[in-house]
Amino acid sequence: MTAAAANPLRDPLDYRLPRVAGPCGMVLFGVTGDLATKKVMPAIFDLANRGLLPPTFALVGFARRDWLDEDFTQIVHDAVREHSRTPFREEIWRQLAEGIRFVAGDLADPAAYQDLKAAIAELDVSRGTLGNHAFYLAIPPGLFPMVLKHLKESSLAESHPGTWRRVVIEKPFGHDLVSATELNSLVGEVFPAESVFRIDHYLGKETVQNILTVRFANVMYEPLWNSNYVDNVQITMAEDIGIAGRAGYYDGIGAARDVIQNHLLQLLALTAMEKPLSFSSEDVRLEKEKVLSAITLPTQIDLHTSRGQYASGWQGGIPVRGFLEEDGIPPTSMTDTFAAIRLNVENRRWAGVPFYLRTGKRLGRRVTEVAIVFKRAQHLPFAQTAVEELSNNAFVFRIQPDESITVKFGSKVPNTSSIEVRDVTMDFQYRDSFVDSSPEAYERLILDVLLGDPPLFPRPREVELAWQILDPILNRWAEQGRPEQYVSGGWGPDSANEMIARDGRQWRRP
Amino acid sequence: MAATMIRLEDTSGGAIVATINRERSRLGSSATGMVLTLLIMGNEETQADATAAAITAARSHPMRIVTIVPRPTDPGTRLDAEIAVGGDDGPGEVAVLRLRGDLAEHANSVAVPLLLSDTPVVAYWPSLAPAVPADDPIGRHAQRRITNATGALDPMRELLARQAGYRNGDTDLAWTRLTSWRSVLAAALDQPVGELTSAQVTGEHGNPSLPLLTSWLRQRLGVPVTLAWNAGPGVTSVILQAGDIEISVVRGEDSVATMSRTSVADTKVPLPRRDLATLLSEELRRMNPDEAYEAAISNIDESECKS
Repeated sequence: MTAAAANPLRDPLDYRLPRVAGPCGMVLFGVTGDLATKKVMPAIFDLANRGLLPPTFALVGFARRDWLDEDFTQIVHDAVREHSRTPFREEIWRQLAEGIRFVAGDLADPAAYQDLKAAIAELDVSRGTLGNHAFYLAIPPGLFPMVLKHLKESSLAESHPGTWRRVVIEKPFGHDLVSATELNSLVGEVFPAESVFRIDHYLGKETVQNILTVRFANVMYEPLWNSNYVDNVQITMAEDIGIAGRAGYYDGIGAARDVIQNHLLQLLALTAMEKPLSFSSEDVRLEKEKVLSAITLPTQIDLHTSRGQYASGWQGGIPVRGFLEEDGIPPTSMTDTFAAIRLNVENRRWAGVPFYLRTGKRLGRRVTEVAIVFKRAQHLPFAQTAVEELSNNAFVFRIQPDESITVKFGSKVPNTSSIEVRDVTMDFQYRDSFVDSSPEAYERLILDVLLGDPPLFPRPREVELAWQILDPILNRWAEQGRPEQYVSGGWGPDSANEMIARDGRQWRRP
Repeated sequence: MAATMIRLEDTSGGAIVATINRERSRLGSSATGMVLTLLIMGNEETQADATAAAITAARSHPMRIVTIVPRPTDPGTRLDAEIAVGGDDGPGEVAVLRLRGDLAEHANSVAVPLLLSDTPVVAYWPSLAPAVPADDPIGRHAQRRITNATGALDPMRELLARQAGYRNGDTDLAWTRLTSWRSVLAAALDQPVGELTSAQVTGEHGNPSLPLLTSWLRQRLGVPVTLAWNAGPGVTSVILQAGDIEISVVRGEDSVATMSRTSVADTKVPLPRRDLATLLSEELRRMNPDEAYEAAISNIDESECKS
């Protein structure tokens, strides 16, 4: 289907030539939001700077503003200057800027979509985008139905043979199973499944992709990756900041919907899934769906989950406000800013190994990690005093910051008269071996959209399975009244420690 | 270099390794992140630039850089070394070794103790290279061998020598210099053009990249490709002909190329001439043989390699 396949100068054995997207353009909805200016626009420039965009690439901004092409170009320019990862280069910018257009119009106005259509048709000829366009919906999900409807009615979503039209949407993908299913069928009516790209920027991170690489490219880990050796798995995403001005978005959504439903369950799927037949998107998706389908909830949700709201306090030496005192949050808000849950994976590999997922705002520090905590050795041929300081072995993927892999194991303390064992850690810092700054997740994901290569994008079934897991917990929590308050700058409410202590375990301090 | 330079006189391979390790632990960092050892076979003329470029490349590929400078005419037989570890310039470690007198014949014995354990070795000859780099005592340690025909006195003759002495794992920087050009040309053909009929390459007289580019296009396109010379610098233009349609990429003086196509508006493409550090960094990215290079070097047209 792609022109690249027929291009005699492209040879799979020629590893020096980068994967460059073919002729295409992108239409950006929601041109002034943080997502557009801090992530999407800088990533587009960084891709161009790395020579990964076609010289014909075009960017069309679409919004209800009284702007000319130059005004929008200026917005993009400023966003790029401020946020791009790679150094600004005038000649690259000039080439990119020549392909920037702006279409002024109301998202609700059918005539505006006709203008958009005309702008795209003009670019196909003048710029050479050849009918290939991606629609990036960097707008609140509430506007999706309207925009999708107009894209369909104006036949902008229709691709002619040999060309493509794709749509990019960002999380949240619904707020429960019903709404997620609605959204999926809505998008599915307008775009075929393979043309829909749901961005979960976490999946674009190098370290997340590295989970599968480490597991399946090596021989050392996989034999231990099961209930014979693993005691439990702890997946943590902690933030030290509060809701930071996002009250409107956050209130009513909360930590579980915002983070567990997508990021943490995706991390769980990558950690627990069986080896895919290949790394093709289809095979990886199949295995992820299988493991998500195998997840069950504890029968007594109250005893094995925890939720909380941060209270005022001190964080790293700075006084901070509590969640209920934040601007825009009603004092009666029931929204969780901390959520921890235990899940079971009912298959042969993982039966009996609890997976603990937790996330929260205003915790001790900013860290995301997946920790595999191993069982203790069945027998220790040492005196009890020798192994008092030995804890469980652990294997940790640190996703951010300081992307790394850490192994914790016991080692002899030197120069003691008797044997004494103490925990030591072995660190592999990504930065040490691969110093080039890693591409931003958005660069990778946008390039994959333009190449039409979807392995890193969650599919509708995964999204729905994740809601299916979370919905009963959210429903139970909704019956329970107010979340527990927890002190800012710590590691969450007491109930989080109690829920894991009930299983005879404790949280690892990340 | 921001890192402190340590000089060792009349020393040995073992003593150099001990010094590097001592510096490492004094700086509180271990060498576990090192991904390869780079052996640079230089002379006093080339070693400084080559080493500096390697230090920059070490930012993306943390490595031990060992620059070996044979000085057979020096009086006495001894090994002198300058060592620098870590520092602001990058995470690499550098040893510049001068092999004086008869020791110049025994570079291999000095290099062996300096190779990092169980990681790849890359050899790099900034100007003169042995007839068959893979058979050279130093080249034999390396799974990747980088030569630089452009740096030789007679680049075209050197290019033909590279063709004759090619073994899997060899590459020449004359090829690396073409990557941006090849990438732009490939992008030009991502838009369907129909059956190609011929192509023309124009560039700097005596530049060994040109016969390589011509050979590559001939191989891949399967159409007649002609080569014309001018004053350069480097490759100046490539024209692809598909019947009535002509696609041309012409590099101007400001490192920006203009891509033109019959009845389509021109586009500008950045086509900078890249510095040595960038070229080395590209070379070190992959440790497997470059089959595209093999095809290109094996099929260069000798008649086009006139100096």
